[in-house]
Amino acid sequence: MAIEVRIPTILRTYTGGEKAVSGAGDTLTALLDDLDSRHSGLRGRLITDEGALHRFVNVYVNDEDVRFLGGLDTKLADGDSVTVLPAVAGG
Amino acid sequence: MRFNSLLDSVGRTPLVGLPRLSPSPDVRLWAKLEDHNPTGSVKDRAALYMIAAAEKEGLLRPGVTVLEPTSGNTGISLAMVCRMRGYRLVCVMPENTSIERRQLLTMYGAEIVSSPAAGGSNQAVAVAKQLATENPDWVMLYQYGNPANTQAHYETTGPELLEDLPTLTHFIAGLGTTGTLMGTGRYLREHVPDVRIIAAEPRYGELVYGLRNIDEGFVPELYDSSVLTSRFSVGPREALRRTRQLIEEEGIFAGISTGAILHAAIGEAMKSVKAGTPADIAFIVCDGGWKYLSTGAYAGTLEEAESALEGQLWA
Repeated sequence: MAIEVRIPTILRTYTGGEKAVSGAGDTLTALLDDLDSRHSGLRGRLITDEGALHRFVNVYVNDEDVRFLGGLDTKLADGDSVTVLPAVAGG
Repeated sequence: MRFNSLLDSVGRTPLVGLPRLSPSPDVRLWAKLEDHNPTGSVKDRAALYMIAAAEKEGLLRPGVTVLEPTSGNTGISLAMVCRMRGYRLVCVMPENTSIERRQLLTMYGAEIVSSPAAGGSNQAVAVAKQLATENPDWVMLYQYGNPANTQAHYETTGPELLEDLPTLTHFIAGLGTTGTLMGTGRYLREHVPDVRIIAAEPRYGELVYGLRNIDEGFVPELYDSSVLTSRFSVGPREALRRTRQLIEEEGIFAGISTGAILHAAIGEAMKSVKAGTPADIAFIVCDGGWKYLSTGAYAGTLEEAESALEGQLWA
């Protein structure tokens, strides 16, 4: 099962500069665990010590914010696209 | 319609149906034309309310300096209101914003302090907070945390929508300060059972997300996720495609962020069609396309327009 994960510039130190990496997992948690096994430290930048998604990190599955899906338990399927972005201001 | 002054004419904008883009007679799209406001954007509502609230608190006297971090529209609205009221305005604006915005601000007499392109509006907020510390007599209205921003939409945009469209089922707007969605969304939730409140968030080029650290990220103090049903990230390609579709099919010349909102609105409309449920979907046209002509967004192919927008704050 392959899921493409787009990584923002500030986190590319964990992916050897790659803009997008491939991972597997049937939930977002499983996907992040899988990514962390090859890109050590990445998970810790997205998830707090309490196990929640970092306040200033937004994760989208097929362009929808996971906080309105199932959070870290959001179900994933083959071919889904995951995007990680820092929260930015607008207006 | 007659008004005593320009400031009195803010709001009460038209809500127009989109007969060609609506997927069926039962699932209809409606555009709230906020570009009909005095300075051409939805931000006139928040600017007027924030100034009025500060005046009520006794913070503003003629000659006082008002400070605001803005990527454009809020600054232009504030510049007009400040001009009318006799306040000096200093706007902190990221350098990767269109020339038209700078020209408009300058024409209204506002002063512009540029913040670095990398980091987008986050950096503008940081620079403005620094300036506020250095100039304690300046008044920063701070649209991201000012309850008057939300209140403007709770008291005007929400009631206007429901009055014009009592059968409303969905409301969709852009997510910037979150003021439009929080205010309108709260009002609609109180009056329309099961209303869907959807945020369309612009996804910019990489430069805009060029923070040095995740902890430089920013979530507006006004943001309350419980008001929303869902939130979508919309990239420049889809935003541009929908912006053009809005001109070609319905004759509406809107800014690029409106294309992103329309994209989310059409996504919701398709879900309703699939589910076989009737829907009246209202969305915000934030501004007209005039201020973005120099970006190249309206010329050439979609590919050309997309690459022209790279690195720019287009919403």
